Amino acid sequence: MPSGQPPLHGNERISVRHLCVDYHGVVAVHDASLHLDAGSICALVGMNGAGKSTLFKALMGFVRPSAGSIAINGLPLKEARRARAVAYVPQTESVDWNFPVNVQEVVMMGRYGSMNLLRIPRPLDREAVKEALDRVDLWPLRQRQIGALSGGQRKRAFLARALAQGASVMLLDEPFNGVDIRTEKLMIELFEQFRREGRTLMISTHDLAHVTSFCDQVVLINKTVLAYGETSSVFTSENLALTFGGLRLEATPAAATDPDRQAP
Amino acid sequence: MTTLLTWLVEPLQQEFMVRALLVSTLVSCVCGLLSCYMTLKGWALMGDAVSHAVMPGVVIAYALNLPFAVGAFVFGVGSVALIGYIKQMTRIKEDTVIGLVFTGFFALGLTLISKVRSSIDLSHILFGNVLGISSSDILQTVLISLLVLTVLVVLRKDLILFCFDPTHARSIGLHTGVLHYLLLSMLSLAAVAGLQTVGIILVVAMLVTPGATAYLLTDRFDRMVWLSILSAVLSSVAGIYWSYWMDASTAGCIVLVQTLLFLLCFLLAPRHGLLAQRRRSPRASRFPSA
Repeated sequence: MPSGQPPLHGNERISVRHLCVDYHGVVAVHDASLHLDAGSICALVGMNGAGKSTLFKALMGFVRPSAGSIAINGLPLKEARRARAVAYVPQTESVDWNFPVNVQEVVMMGRYGSMNLLRIPRPLDREAVKEALDRVDLWPLRQRQIGALSGGQRKRAFLARALAQGASVMLLDEPFNGVDIRTEKLMIELFEQFRREGRTLMISTHDLAHVTSFCDQVVLINKTVLAYGETSSVFTSENLALTFGGLRLEATPAAATDPDRQAP
Repeated sequence: MTTLLTWLVEPLQQEFMVRALLVSTLVSCVCGLLSCYMTLKGWALMGDAVSHAVMPGVVIAYALNLPFAVGAFVFGVGSVALIGYIKQMTRIKEDTVIGLVFTGFFALGLTLISKVRSSIDLSHILFGNVLGISSSDILQTVLISLLVLTVLVVLRKDLILFCFDPTHARSIGLHTGVLHYLLLSMLSLAAVAGLQTVGIILVVAMLVTPGATAYLLTDRFDRMVWLSILSAVLSSVAGIYWSYWMDASTAGCIVLVQTLLFLLCFLLAPRHGLLAQRRRSPRASRFPSA
């Protein structure tokens, strides 16, 4: 099945044990451990430079840990990558929107890993792409050049690519940056569908209101995993103070909501 | 009508003209295809660097009686590797590293050519010599072109993905490091092929201008490739004719035609041209950054 129920290996999607990553001797992440089950939405919260993107890179196998291990769906990273288990949804700023590809071609890129060398789509691949585009309501816009989409549509196109890939783990880098309220609602609905299908989403976010509103798990990070688990038990003022280096923040949605967040 | 026909047919009675037209058409196909990737990846400066850096390789190959392509390829890839290495090991920015590496190689080439006794004509290397191309050079150019075309066509989709979103490419298990150096190797080879037609100094135009021209005309990669090849071939053929009748520098004429085509598209392209933009929003075009 291209984008139906992802296979389960036990119930554990992401398992990170005593992970250490350093760049030329500078420690980025030290002795981090966390376990996430299938069917969860997990917020990754930490300051800039706390190691969020390093953790993402490690989960995609882009950096070699100096110690520790990572397993996805019970498989070592290399095999998980071969099974295209992990999808990364980039920040909007990191993409060249003038690139001459259309929406359908971008979503098809999610399928490349499983195609032959020439990447000629099989009927199976076309179906997966159609299904993914249908789910994010972009099928009518499939022929548009990717940059001709609105901000929210671009986000959905990349979600569709992750879907077409059939990923059971999705890493989303600041998905709500520069997104209006309506798109945000749509995206959260999609995330909740993904959770019901047993996928595990890890969302890096600066917006603490999101954490309590729809993330059932949270990982607090500051060079190491300070705490992780159920949002209700982990997302406390004490833990947040630790995460943000002594700065006390209220872990309530009202206090954390920033009205200027949708500024372009 | 008859004058036009004479104008077109008369040069074809010269064997050197036929050879020049065929070789530059083939080279244009290769460079036209590659220039799409160069434009999208933003590698124009890299193209300039590689084409200059092959010079010592060409001189050494001629002096040792080796195929010139071998020497050029070694130095082309060598310069790219050196650029990557210096960039990684120091904090110097990439464009600075590129600038210093390629001028160093070029200087080495100039020094060598002035000291090594050989039959090489410096101006042929610098400005090309497509009208006097030898049979063995033609053979090498054909082989290089076929190799580059095959690689670029077979790995087309992977290379597009690599240019568009390298992070995703890597996350689904594509070897982006291999693709990176493969594309740079193809650049070295295409530079060597293009060198035959327009010489070291202007070969970067072959590797950049057709792609940039096509990019103004379409939002689809496939169409961009065909338009780029078309403009490259058209420029080469028109340029060679022009240089024949005007008795002007062939390389100069070819690149001039390319540049004129670009300017034409810059003005008149249906959606991304200056006039179209001005029609759409008269104020925005006066302030392009807005």
